Formats: sequence, structure tokens, C-alpha cells
Amino acid sequence: MRKRFLTPLLFVLAALMFQGTAHAAEAVATDTGTTSWMLTSTALVLLMVPGLAMFYGGLVRTKNVIGTMMHSFAAMVIIGVLWPLVGYSLSFGTGILGGLAGWDSKYFMLQGIDDSIMASHIPEYVFAMFQGKFAIITPALIAGAFAERVNFKGYALFIALWSIFVYSPICHWVWAGDGFLFNLGAKGAIDFAGGTVVHISSGITGLVAALYLGKRRGYPKNVMHPNNLVMTLTGAGLLWVGWFGFNAGSAIASNLDTARALTVTQVAAAAGAFTWMMIEIFHHGKATSLGVASGILAGLVAITPAAGVVQPSGALALGAIASCFCYTGILIKGKLGYDDSLDAFGVHGIGGIVGAIFLTFFIRSSWMAEAAQKAGGSWTVIDQLGVQATAVGVTIAYAAIVSLVLLFIVEKTIGLRIKENDEMSGLDHSMHGEQGYGLINLN
Amino acid sequence: MKLITAIIQPDRLDHVREALIQADITRITVSRVTGHGRQEDIEFYRGQKIAPNLLPKIRLDIAVNDEFVDITVDTIINSATHNSGQIGDGKIFITPLEECIRIRTRERGGKAI
Repeated sequence: MRKRFLTPLLFVLAALMFQGTAHAAEAVATDTGTTSWMLTSTALVLLMVPGLAMFYGGLVRTKNVIGTMMHSFAAMVIIGVLWPLVGYSLSFGTGILGGLAGWDSKYFMLQGIDDSIMASHIPEYVFAMFQGKFAIITPALIAGAFAERVNFKGYALFIALWSIFVYSPICHWVWAGDGFLFNLGAKGAIDFAGGTVVHISSGITGLVAALYLGKRRGYPKNVMHPNNLVMTLTGAGLLWVGWFGFNAGSAIASNLDTARALTVTQVAAAAGAFTWMMIEIFHHGKATSLGVASGILAGLVAITPAAGVVQPSGALALGAIASCFCYTGILIKGKLGYDDSLDAFGVHGIGGIVGAIFLTFFIRSSWMAEAAQKAGGSWTVIDQLGVQATAVGVTIAYAAIVSLVLLFIVEKTIGLRIKENDEMSGLDHSMHGEQGYGLINLN
Repeated sequence: MKLITAIIQPDRLDHVREALIQADITRITVSRVTGHGRQEDIEFYRGQKIAPNLLPKIRLDIAVNDEFVDITVDTIINSATHNSGQIGDGKIFITPLEECIRIRTRERGGKAI
């Protein structure tokens, strides 16, 4: 039975592979400097995933630490397999289905890019792997919204489906050369490193999932303290470091644009953390470590779409504005009572929306001049605001609707919300048969 | 006064704590301990089955006045069991408690519990 199913599948694979090799790549010289930086950036972005595992892992209760860190690692594993198979093609292939997603058979299993050097003078393998890291971290971010209460198998299926049906299409619209948001307005919707693609899409999905799956048992009556803030801070530090690859690598260059992106990333992270710290000191009298970590992330999320177009003054402003909005958002969450457990929406959703919208007011004048030239005369802040709002609105609507459908399918088939008894025992025991801190005990 | 010491499986801690609070037994000390009875637990590390000789357990210490011993013990038994019939659900020890002192008020005896 199994063999009968496998044989045609192998034929299809072979056919697709053969088709792929038919495309020959033309010779462009590799720039070693650019390639070196892009290789470094690729590694830095992957470093953010264990960073996220530590950040989230420290925030949950002891009995869920392994289960929560596994959500990030599962994304490395599952999307790590899916991306070279179909993800890259769905995101960066030529538009199909009226531009809904991309597809190019030469990208299937990365067959056709073995000799390919891109116009940016880097091997296409580097670009494909660099983009693959973004595809990995995005679904891992969602896990913060439904931490401590999902079935591992359901989660694994959900992120695989989500990557195919939500991430790849949005990525195609925003970053592929023929994507409709890439070509919206005079110079396209501004999303330098993933404000819409990564942060808004994952944040909104997190909110939808938190609402659909319901609260954790006992929330908000029982206070659920972080099990290890030392690990959370270490994770936040790794995220900050990795973000230089995330943003400065997104220039796909090693030049002035890279330097600009790196500088504003540093400035916005610090401004975000500083603002959050000050708010806490005035609001509560004490600056908490979790507040500083949250401020770092809020600043980094907000600068992500803007890193290519704002100057340091704009980065200071965006970091500060993002922290104010995210802090308020989390206060409102407490009032509304929904359980976005680790504030995936509160930081990534709100921070991403704030960054993508407010960046409009801080765009450097040379960019606006170029846009005006392309538009054939004038291009105002209000014009660009309309483009940004469209990109944000489209991302929110698409991510929310498709995610809800996917959540429904997974919940009704193999189940996503964990059983009550398993939730009480903790994910580590019920999902993985392990425990996080066993080695602290004599053994 | 009695001191009730219970050794239970870590995955039943929340069940036991919730049940005790429902039964109005609200004062408790919890520690992570290791040990073993007759049980032989098997965990997975990197896909390999290994049988550690010392196993993680949770120890509960609850000091109660005599009339609360039965409800406390029954609650722990009912909530700590896996109802699987397999060994390893844990043990309860009850020892006489000579004195109990509340540090803040220096009260002694049953009213300090």
C-alpha cells in the first residue's frame, strides 16, 4: 500500500528535479565582501531563534520550560525542511494565482540555483538561506501568544501550514520583485526587514490564536511567575545581537545602506529599552529586568520595517513611541482579560504596526525626493502613509482570516488546545516526557 | 498537632495543590527532592532510553491540627494518584508535632498553625 503511494510521488519529484536543472544561471561575479557579510547575517538571524527560545523559555512556569523552548526549536526543524522544499519558491518564485504567491519549479529543493549568482553579487544560496531564517523565526514568535497550553503535534502541523499559507504569500507580496505591495505607490510599501512580513503577521496570528484557544487554566486569577528571568535576559541579549544580521543584512549589501540600518537598529533598541525603563520608574518606582527586555524588543520590532529609510533621530523616536504603545497595549490586555501569554501581539503586533505606520514621518529627504521623481512630480508623506496603511491593513486582514481557518482545521483534526490534565502536569511531562531542570537535582 | 510529609510525582503537584486549597488546607511548604521507592522510571535523552537511579519527586510538608489530618491525607491521596495501578504514586508520612511557633506574634501551639 505504502509502496503504491511512494512510486508516483518519486516520479513527481524526479520530474520536478529534472525541470529544475534545465534553467542555467548566467555568470555574475561574486563580491566577497558582500557575501561575507551576508553569510554572517544569515548565522546571526539563526542565533535569534535559540535567543527567542531562551527569552520565552524563561518567562513560563518551570513545568513548561522545555515545551516552550521546543516551540522555537521545532520551527528551526520544521521550517528548516519546508523552506528549501517549497517555501523559497512560494515566496520568491514568479507570481502565480494572480500574484497570491510565487512558484518557480527551479526553486523546488533549490535545484536551479546551484550556479546562480544574484545581481547583488552574492550566491543565491546565501540569499535563500538568509530568507529561510526569517521564515523560521516568524512562526516561532507566534508561540508566545499561546504558550503553556498547546499540543506539540498540533503546533507542529500549525506552523507548517501557517508558513505555507500565510508567511510565504505575505513575503511574496512585500519582498518579491513582482509582489503587489513591493510595487505599491511610488517606491513601494516600506518594509525593510519584516515589519509586516514577520512582526505584524506573527503578532496578529498570535492574537487570533490566543482568542480562539482561550486562556490558560487559572488565568488571570492565578499569578504565573517567570521561572528564570536570567535566561530571559540572556535570550533578549541574543535577540539584540542577532537583530544586526536581521536588519543590516536585509540591505543585501555591505555598504552605506548596511551601515545606516545597523546604526538605527542599535539606536532604536536602546531608545525603546530606555523609554520602557523610564515609564516603569515613574509608574511603579522600580525598573524591572523584564521591562528592559520588553523595551529592547519593542524598539527592535519598530525599527525593523524602517531601518532602510530613517535616520538616528527617527530611530530614537520610533523606539520611544513603540515602547509607549506596547506598554499601554499590555496594560489594556490586562483589562480586557485575553491571554496573550508572553505578549507576542503586545510587542510584535503592536510594535510592528507602530513601526510600519510611524516610520512615514521620519523618512530621509533623499528617499522622498527619489519617490517624487518616480511618481513624476510630487510624493508627500500623506501619499506614503496611505501606502503603509494599505500594507499594514492587508497583512492584518490576511493573517487574521487565514490563521483562523488554519487554527480551526488543526484544532478539529489532531487538536491544538491541550487536555486539562496535561496542562496541569505541564508540557515538559505531558508532551515530551522530560523536565527542564532535572540536573539541578542529584541524579 | 501532626506534620504530614508527602512525596509525590512532579506532574501531580498542581492537582494536589488545587485540591488542598479546595479543601481549605492552605498552608504548605513544597520542595524539589530526589529519591526512589520501588519505581523504576524511564526517560528519554537524545532518543536513548536511560533509567536514572535517583528520580525527581516533590515533597510537601503540611503542619495541621489533629482534626485536619484525615481531610488532608484523603485529599492528597485522591489528587496525587495516577489511577493507573502502577507503582510510583508516592507516600505519605505522618509524625507527631511537638511545637509550632508563629515568629511574628510568638504564638505557640495549635493556634499558630
